[in-house]
Amino acid sequence: MMASSYNAKEEDANHPGAANHAGAGVVKSKKPDNTAFKQQRLPAWQPILTAGTVLPAFFVIGLIFIPIGIGLYVTSNNIKEFEIDYTGANIDNPCYNCAKNFSWNSTAQCVCAVTFTLEQPFESNVFMYYGLSNFYQNHRRYVKSRDDSQLNGDRSALTNPSKECEPYRRSEGSPIAPCGAIANSLFNDTLQLYHIDSNGTLNEIPLVKKGIAWWTDKHVKFRNPGGNNNLTVAFQGTSKPVNWKKPVFELDPEDPENNGFINEDFIVWMRTAALPTFRKLYRIIQKKPSTTPTLPSGKYVLNVTYNYPVLSFDGRKRMILSTISWMGGKNPFLGIAYITVGSICFFLGVVLLIIHHKYDNRNNSADIPN
Amino acid sequence: MLRRTLNRWLGRDERRVDSRNICVGHRSSSNNEAFIPPKFCDNRIVSSKYTVWNFLPKNLFEQFRRIANFYFLIIFLVQVIVDTPTSPVTSGLPLFFVITVTAIKQGYEDWLRHKADNEVNKYPVTVLEQGRRVRKESEKIKVGDVLEVDEDETFPCDLILLQSSRDDDTCFVTTASLDGESNHKTHYTVPDTEKDLESLNATIECEQPQPDLYKFVGRMHIYKADQEPAVRSLGPENLLLKGSTLKNTQTICGVAIYTGMETKMALNYQGKSQKRSAVEKSINAFLLVYLCILVSKALVCTTLKYVWQNKPGQDEPWYNEKTQREKDTNLYLKMFTDFLSFMVLFNFIIPVSMYVTVEMQKFLGSFFITWDKDFFDPEIKEGALVNTSDLNEELGQVEYVFTDKTGTLTQNNMEFIECCIDGFQYKYQDAGTDLDGFCVTDGPANKVQHKAGREKEELFLRALCLCHTVQVKESPEQGQGQRDGLMDHVDGLGVDGEGLHPPPQEQRGFIASSPDEVALVKGAMRYGFTFLGFESKTMKILTRDNDVERYELLHVLNFDPVRRRMSVIVRSKSGDTLLFCKGADSSIFPRVRQEEVERIRMNVERNATEGYRTLCVAYKYLNAEEYAQADAGLREARLALQDREEKLMAVYNQVETGMSLIGATAVEDRLQEEAAETMEALQGAGMKVWVLTGDKMETAKSTCYACRLFQRNTELLELTVRTLEDGGRRREERLHELLVEYHKKAVQDAPPVKAGVTRAWSSANHDYGFIIDGATLSMVLNSSSESNSSRYKNLFLQICQNCTSVLCCRMAPLQKAQIVKMVKNSKGSPITLSIGDGANDVSMILEAHVGIGIKGKEGRQAVRNSDYAIPKLKHLKKLLLAHGHLYYVRIAHLVQYFFYKNLCFILPQFLYQFFCGYSQQPLYDAAYLTMYNICFTSMPILAYSLLEQHICMEVLLDNATLYRGIAKNGMLRWGPFFYWTLLGVFHGLLFFFGVRYLFGNPALQDNGQVFGNWSYGTIVFTVLVFTVTLKLALDTRHWTWINHFVIWGSLAFYVFFSFFWGGIIWPFLKQQRLYFVFANMLSSVSAWLVIILLILLSLLPEILLVVFRKPRGPHAGQMKPVHSSAGGHQSPRSSARPLLMRTFSDESNTVI
Repeated sequence: MMASSYNAKEEDANHPGAANHAGAGVVKSKKPDNTAFKQQRLPAWQPILTAGTVLPAFFVIGLIFIPIGIGLYVTSNNIKEFEIDYTGANIDNPCYNCAKNFSWNSTAQCVCAVTFTLEQPFESNVFMYYGLSNFYQNHRRYVKSRDDSQLNGDRSALTNPSKECEPYRRSEGSPIAPCGAIANSLFNDTLQLYHIDSNGTLNEIPLVKKGIAWWTDKHVKFRNPGGNNNLTVAFQGTSKPVNWKKPVFELDPEDPENNGFINEDFIVWMRTAALPTFRKLYRIIQKKPSTTPTLPSGKYVLNVTYNYPVLSFDGRKRMILSTISWMGGKNPFLGIAYITVGSICFFLGVVLLIIHHKYDNRNNSADIPN
Repeated sequence: MLRRTLNRWLGRDERRVDSRNICVGHRSSSNNEAFIPPKFCDNRIVSSKYTVWNFLPKNLFEQFRRIANFYFLIIFLVQVIVDTPTSPVTSGLPLFFVITVTAIKQGYEDWLRHKADNEVNKYPVTVLEQGRRVRKESEKIKVGDVLEVDEDETFPCDLILLQSSRDDDTCFVTTASLDGESNHKTHYTVPDTEKDLESLNATIECEQPQPDLYKFVGRMHIYKADQEPAVRSLGPENLLLKGSTLKNTQTICGVAIYTGMETKMALNYQGKSQKRSAVEKSINAFLLVYLCILVSKALVCTTLKYVWQNKPGQDEPWYNEKTQREKDTNLYLKMFTDFLSFMVLFNFIIPVSMYVTVEMQKFLGSFFITWDKDFFDPEIKEGALVNTSDLNEELGQVEYVFTDKTGTLTQNNMEFIECCIDGFQYKYQDAGTDLDGFCVTDGPANKVQHKAGREKEELFLRALCLCHTVQVKESPEQGQGQRDGLMDHVDGLGVDGEGLHPPPQEQRGFIASSPDEVALVKGAMRYGFTFLGFESKTMKILTRDNDVERYELLHVLNFDPVRRRMSVIVRSKSGDTLLFCKGADSSIFPRVRQEEVERIRMNVERNATEGYRTLCVAYKYLNAEEYAQADAGLREARLALQDREEKLMAVYNQVETGMSLIGATAVEDRLQEEAAETMEALQGAGMKVWVLTGDKMETAKSTCYACRLFQRNTELLELTVRTLEDGGRRREERLHELLVEYHKKAVQDAPPVKAGVTRAWSSANHDYGFIIDGATLSMVLNSSSESNSSRYKNLFLQICQNCTSVLCCRMAPLQKAQIVKMVKNSKGSPITLSIGDGANDVSMILEAHVGIGIKGKEGRQAVRNSDYAIPKLKHLKKLLLAHGHLYYVRIAHLVQYFFYKNLCFILPQFLYQFFCGYSQQPLYDAAYLTMYNICFTSMPILAYSLLEQHICMEVLLDNATLYRGIAKNGMLRWGPFFYWTLLGVFHGLLFFFGVRYLFGNPALQDNGQVFGNWSYGTIVFTVLVFTVTLKLALDTRHWTWINHFVIWGSLAFYVFFSFFWGGIIWPFLKQQRLYFVFANMLSSVSAWLVIILLILLSLLPEILLVVFRKPRGPHAGQMKPVHSSAGGHQSPRSSARPLLMRTFSDESNTVI
């Protein structure tokens, strides 16, 4: 402040002539402009929220929200969902043995069969999820433990993964591909679903493994180094993640479009979940062309190749079968919330209307003696 | 800075010698053989702070001294050093932005200062060296150099005037760039110096540099060959200050005595103390609360983290092993770094951008004051001036207004109304039928027919013509004399063509520092005595009989506010030595023969009650002996180096005794335009108006009545010397008695006072006005015994606080500041505002929270020291009621909104910790974290805080009572703060848990695919940005196109940015977290539905509140008059209005 005023004074002092002779000119420019902005008189819309304008809004909100809520609720209720826990924490669970005897080193695969019954038939496409509980995929150390440029097919990142991947960055001297904790802990249970028809035979239900990952992830964000031809060569010099049983280029040897980094199971896993209890899309059971339901009611067997230990951190594993509507999976929350908010709005509208009415009367009567 | 401190350091060293010796022209005198020329600083002006090479470190250092910047720096450093959840960029970028912008601004300002310095330092000057004229750069001037300065040039340093081209050894300067006074001031050469400067051999002994512009003492020793060295006294009249400009004089020569940073000008530009607004204090208090919230959040999280980790399997499950380094770290160190990490994660709750926005708001907002055309005064062709933008909002918080009277309430445009000579009243009438322009009007004393003797009349008029320091303005070319910028002090007085007066020789204008003197001289002129001007120490006057009389001016006993009078000693042609004295009645009456007093006193008092400024005129013949004594005394005192003031005062008092009173004058000072309306509005707005004036009680009181500060029904409590002497007892006792009595009346008997807002209304039942004078005030403040003093002060304050208006008369400038300080520090520390126009108001302007200067006639010192300057008093109303109110509402809302929006920004992130194992996982992407405060939500609130008019200006101006609604920092008290905090918490909880329940099933797309954690954060963030912006939209009552543009624009920008940010694989990012997250979110109907639901649900309470409050709005509006008429105030006031108007219109014939 001091300096600037000092300045002004100095300048005045240096042009004494100007101050005198051009006095009129200087003075003229001092008159403030009469513009709407400078005079704070910009034309303005001055909305006043009165009971009169707000009341209809409340009713409208109520009238819109309640039907939406009902629609959502009905939609959610129409979605069929079946969930089964196959962790094997309890002794009566068929997978108890597999869970108990799990060891990282064993090469033998432990398979357990879980039988369940669908009370109702599942129409149209059925989505098969696996769910994990108490699995902190959103732990900071976990979330950051990945190298997106490696996953995008960057060759230098392939041989020299990011430091964020520690301690899953190198194993036995060679870089891990894909590196990091997320990739290392890829969910590797294999789930197979069989329908037991009336005469007791098991019919395997075809599970589609395409279309379970975001399109952009599959086609842009994730890329194999050096294209999709000959992944074995492309991944030469890297080692598999320590907890994996097979290297990344053998994730799906049959389909080159689903192998390596662009394996959809892998991509789905790499999208870290928001909460410690989560589900991830595993397979899709395509709707049959005929009119028969995709999954008719009846008995089913879920064959689990038990590779994924969760009991050590008190986790749970689930298999979920669900149909999908336009709003996604089954979730009554939205419907209930909409109905509640709509009702509150409506109710408030009524209350306000009464108050407003009463108050208006009183106000009028108060005005009269005035 | 360094240089200055160094100088000060050196200065302190020098100061041990309390005077400096200077050889004029560097010619060492023969007497002082061993004279070593002392080292003085050069004439370089350094106002710049930085040089090219020290700019960066010094500027950074200064910036990080600010606590906020330092805090963000620490956060940034923590992020760099410790492994924290967010990258250092998130806090580094905003900080870098802020620091860079400030650095650029300060650098630019400093560059301007460098440029200005250079211009000054390289300015060519003429130095006389051994008889030659040498052109030099200004910075090369050394103390002792003899300089030549031409007309209209600025003095390059402080000079002692040695020689002037004018034959009366004077020169004229204006100090417009120093103190803004644009009148011409006369300066004198050192008496009896030789005309030939080359042979001048002299030394000057003067005091060390000091900042007071109007004080200077020195002595000049002139050595002549074979003669005793002559000694001449030097005073401020010999000193030409750097920065002032030579006028009306062709050329002068002077010797440099203070140079460079030691000139009075440079010493005066040391920064004013920073005033801080109440809002700033509130912000700091809120910051503290938020800091506590931040720390406790971090503590809670850290504790829970370690509790949680203690459960088996949680700390390090097989899928998420720690790195080797983490395993090696000491547990306590880890806890500490965890704590720091949480701090970093939550640090956005204290936003760096708030400081920037507040600063910008203040800086930009103050332009609206300068731009306001209502503040433009066509007379002086100037608008309002804002010297500091820090106090804008304080204008909306004023509780006490301290106003000066002269020049503030009144116009300071003096007009001679009447005089009283020897007890007879003379009133000048324009269309005077009386041949000599004199007319005796009805005096109350029934002395209509009598006139004072002609001799007395002429003596009186001669006294008026002689006893002043007025200059006649020279106008060499007829009619063009007013071309330059002197207009405001020159009253071009064309002698009107009535034919009664001597024919006008020329356009005659008078220049004086006080408008009273001009009025008196002009008044005398109307009665036929014209002052023609000086002619080298001789005053010429033109008498009624067209004779030119010459008087030799022997001494001027200058006016000072303590003596309150001035005198001249003149010698008439006939050889009589006369002393004419004029001054305030209180200072003259004790010094004249008492028998004359009574006749005049009545007139003086009558004039004073009519609101005129009165001066008494006295004279005395000095016989030769008396004169010789006085002359010797004056000369001696003037030469004194120490205590010159006191010595002079003693001599003055000694000389000005035993005079005889001739008469008194009455000069009218008109009220300012709309003074009464303004005062009424201020009082209506709940402000207490105190008038602090140096004027006498009667005059001030009538002004107060005229301004409607006192009403007819106001009961006046008077505490003045007069009332103290009434009892006939000791003053102390009487004072005590009166104080207790008034206290009982005004405080105890008053109805119980409720909260501040209603106070004025309730006590308005019985209006009290309080009057105190300077002498009594000093008794109250500096009572003999300590215990009494504080008790009196308390009583006094309490009385004053219960009075609607207080009048303090006979105040010395310092007493004004004392009063302001006392009120400022009283209970509840009310916000004070001082308004004044003169140098005597500077102290109170500086003391008050807000100082307002009026661009009046008494120079520019008040304006220079003020925070805001306005051309007229009437502008105060708009400045406070409209601008102040709006600024306060705007900034209060800005502050609350900022805390709110950051609380509901960070709260979900805090809640997320409970779901991610307290791992400091951020909920939002780094880009969102960084951009939230910078881009997405900053512009709407800035636009709001610049443009909002929740009530439009006209209404604010019409209903002064609206001002009370925001009194006492109403919008930034804890109540509203908790409301906003609660709202923030509510929104935060809603955002987080709404989305959390949605994510109970993360399969939200119609193709069964699932959303991850970044989708979660993005949904929360989208709801957040929309809610926070729409909340502001709900609060906006004044939608200009800018608001529309900015609010909808920033929402659109958010959407656009999110698409853009998620649409590209950014090569510089380590993780492509948001790749197509936003687009995928928008493809999900559920996400849409939840976003809409949450936004609506968040805003619902707001809307409800508006509706519930609304019934009260019209209710209050309609009920208020009813209520107040029941309260018995409004109606008596309004019914009394016509009566009052009538009484005052009667009186106004005389007052206005």
